[in-house]
Amino acid sequence: MARATTQAGSTKPGSTRPAGPALDIDALLADPGKRIIVCCGSGGVGKTTTAAALGLRAAESGRRVVVLTIDPALRLAQSLGLTALDNTPRPVSGIDTSAGGSMDAMMLDMKRTFDEVVEQHATPEKAQQILSNPFYVAVSSSFAGTQEYMAMEKLGQLRAQSAADARWDLIVVDTPPSRSALDFLDAPKRLGSFLDGRFIRILMAPAKAGGRAYLKAATATISLAMTVMTRVLGGELLRDVQTFVAALDTMFGGFRERADQTYALLQDDETAFVVVASPDRDALREAAFFVERLATERMPLAGVVVNRVQMVAGALSRGRAEDAADALDAGSAASSASADLLRLHADLATSADRHQGAIARFRTANPGVALTQVPTAARDIHDVEGLRTVGAHLAG
Amino acid sequence: MDPTLSPVADTGPTYGFGVSDFPGAQGVRLHIVTGKGGTGKTTVAAALGIALAGQGRKVLLAEVEDRQGISQTFDVPPLSHTETLIFDDPSGGSLWGMAVEPKSALLEYLHKFYKLGRAGSLLEKIGAIDFATTIAPGLRDVLLIGKVYEAVGRREGRGRHGKTPTYDAVVLDAPPTGRVARFLGVNEEVAEVARMGPIKGQADSITAMLKSRITAVHIVTLLEEMPVQECLDAVHDLTANGLPVGAIIVNQVRDPILEDKDLEALSGGASARLRADVAADLAGAGVPDPKGMTDVLLDEAAAHLERLDLQGEQDQRIQEQGRAVFYLPALADGLEAGGIRVLADELHVQGMV
Repeated sequence: MARATTQAGSTKPGSTRPAGPALDIDALLADPGKRIIVCCGSGGVGKTTTAAALGLRAAESGRRVVVLTIDPALRLAQSLGLTALDNTPRPVSGIDTSAGGSMDAMMLDMKRTFDEVVEQHATPEKAQQILSNPFYVAVSSSFAGTQEYMAMEKLGQLRAQSAADARWDLIVVDTPPSRSALDFLDAPKRLGSFLDGRFIRILMAPAKAGGRAYLKAATATISLAMTVMTRVLGGELLRDVQTFVAALDTMFGGFRERADQTYALLQDDETAFVVVASPDRDALREAAFFVERLATERMPLAGVVVNRVQMVAGALSRGRAEDAADALDAGSAASSASADLLRLHADLATSADRHQGAIARFRTANPGVALTQVPTAARDIHDVEGLRTVGAHLAG
Repeated sequence: MDPTLSPVADTGPTYGFGVSDFPGAQGVRLHIVTGKGGTGKTTVAAALGIALAGQGRKVLLAEVEDRQGISQTFDVPPLSHTETLIFDDPSGGSLWGMAVEPKSALLEYLHKFYKLGRAGSLLEKIGAIDFATTIAPGLRDVLLIGKVYEAVGRREGRGRHGKTPTYDAVVLDAPPTGRVARFLGVNEEVAEVARMGPIKGQADSITAMLKSRITAVHIVTLLEEMPVQECLDAVHDLTANGLPVGAIIVNQVRDPILEDKDLEALSGGASARLRADVAADLAGAGVPDPKGMTDVLLDEAAAHLERLDLQGEQDQRIQEQGRAVFYLPALADGLEAGGIRVLADELHVQGMV
């Protein structure tokens, strides 16, 4: 596995961080061989912010970057100049371009992307049939895996475009807020194998044979299955599905093939995965699942970013701060605020200890995985300046 | 359709409720808990389940996203589609857990309504089950929530009083706010693909229950901008879809720690006098490097004040909704060491349960 950006055994001086390899973000962003960075992780851990901050830092160090976001928070989107969900990369303003870099950003329009795939791969007549089919309309706008599938489709398109016109040399992708972080790896295959699978061929049989003739042509098994499905699903739905499938007939190989291509792209050394987490048990467990899964799929992990970590300065432990506060309460203090300030510090130190404990357990269970921490910010991040600060923290 | 499922009335704004004031405390049997990812909705759903079980009720806690959040929260073996006892409460109540699984739900449904033993496995073999549970839009959600619908409506016993509901309450750890309106809007979703037929009928019954007064959708948030925005969006979307919004539960609220007099002293930056006094106090209490530590403490206090300000702004936005709001404390030690019981007690003390 590629862990080129790892600095073995480094820790920051004076920090209480557990020993383990540090994720060197600047080395990752500076590597011209890396052309795709995929940010993944469970919901609410700051994936989009991390993707945007990585993109900005790369752009300001000279890379020509496009950031593909899936579902950004409104104000973050506005700060990136993303006012419309229109599938078009647009330049982000307020970027320092003195190093020769640039930054574009775009928001995924899942239905538009799906429509484009159909238009590209079917004859105009067939495409029209597909696009107006009620079942297609439902699948393309609401199938639980469509967003994941289309995010990967869009990634493939951007990669092809960057190879053709050299407008970008780095693509940073944010992944959809899935049920599980693993969904976006599974969904494309699931849709691909469904569209190429046995069930489709069974559904196709009647359409190909024409009308009800399938009852004679099909085997007993298939006709029983069709009877059952008609009872359960209702005849109308089944007919829509059949029409949809018949119209898609010409593109079948295409779906599986494209899913396979994207998969190969994700395994390539030009790709780096950054797994994003927050310092709590559930998010780190999800991160560990993801790290394992990437290894199984032979996909290159750069490392893990832990956001929102409580950090404390100074060498005063929780216990000593509480003892000092109690001593001040018992005696006569010059300022009544002193004891409360110490108690605040004790509270922050407790959270910091818990966060470092969770990270240390992750480290122990995942030795050799490079990791970087971003301190918790008092305010939400929704401007370029805020992203720049996050980028600096990411780089350590 | 169950005749007791009358549409929910608009209860209007509520402030300062006691145990019986909270709208929905009376008669709600299905508590749906949602929230932005990372706000702790699974934890809150579990705390709500514990609080209800602590009142002598038989409670089912259900999850639908295949994440095994319940088993991790209670540190019990992974849950399956089968309802499993998590604990018996001394009050006579009990908490049961279930991880609803779409494939099992579909096979169960086919068996129950169509007596399809062999045909079920046939459908599985040709990939139709996979199609229904993963590809076909909306069907997956109908199946997941259909199982919850079945558990809420299930009745048993042949006593003098006839059959009684199996569960006094069902708590659903629902998908996050971004997907919840679609998840609960099974009717609209299904209408896209099935305009009539048995699936449409099932979706209609489920929708009737979800829109009735036995259901309440609670939204978990943090006092941060994005979670609050998603919370307000969810209130709007759910209301627009005729779904009964219950309480807003604010999670991980930080204890102010600093008292008003401290805030006054600190506002607008610490004075040289305060700085000197604190340094002297730290030195007196034996803290090493008192000057350096004073800088650290005052920086921490400034960041803390900023965070309290932000919390205040966000709390204001939530209060403006005029809905029942409950506050759960940030636990410095996390959920270990019985933290979830602390949250359950809070929900009881504040009158949600």
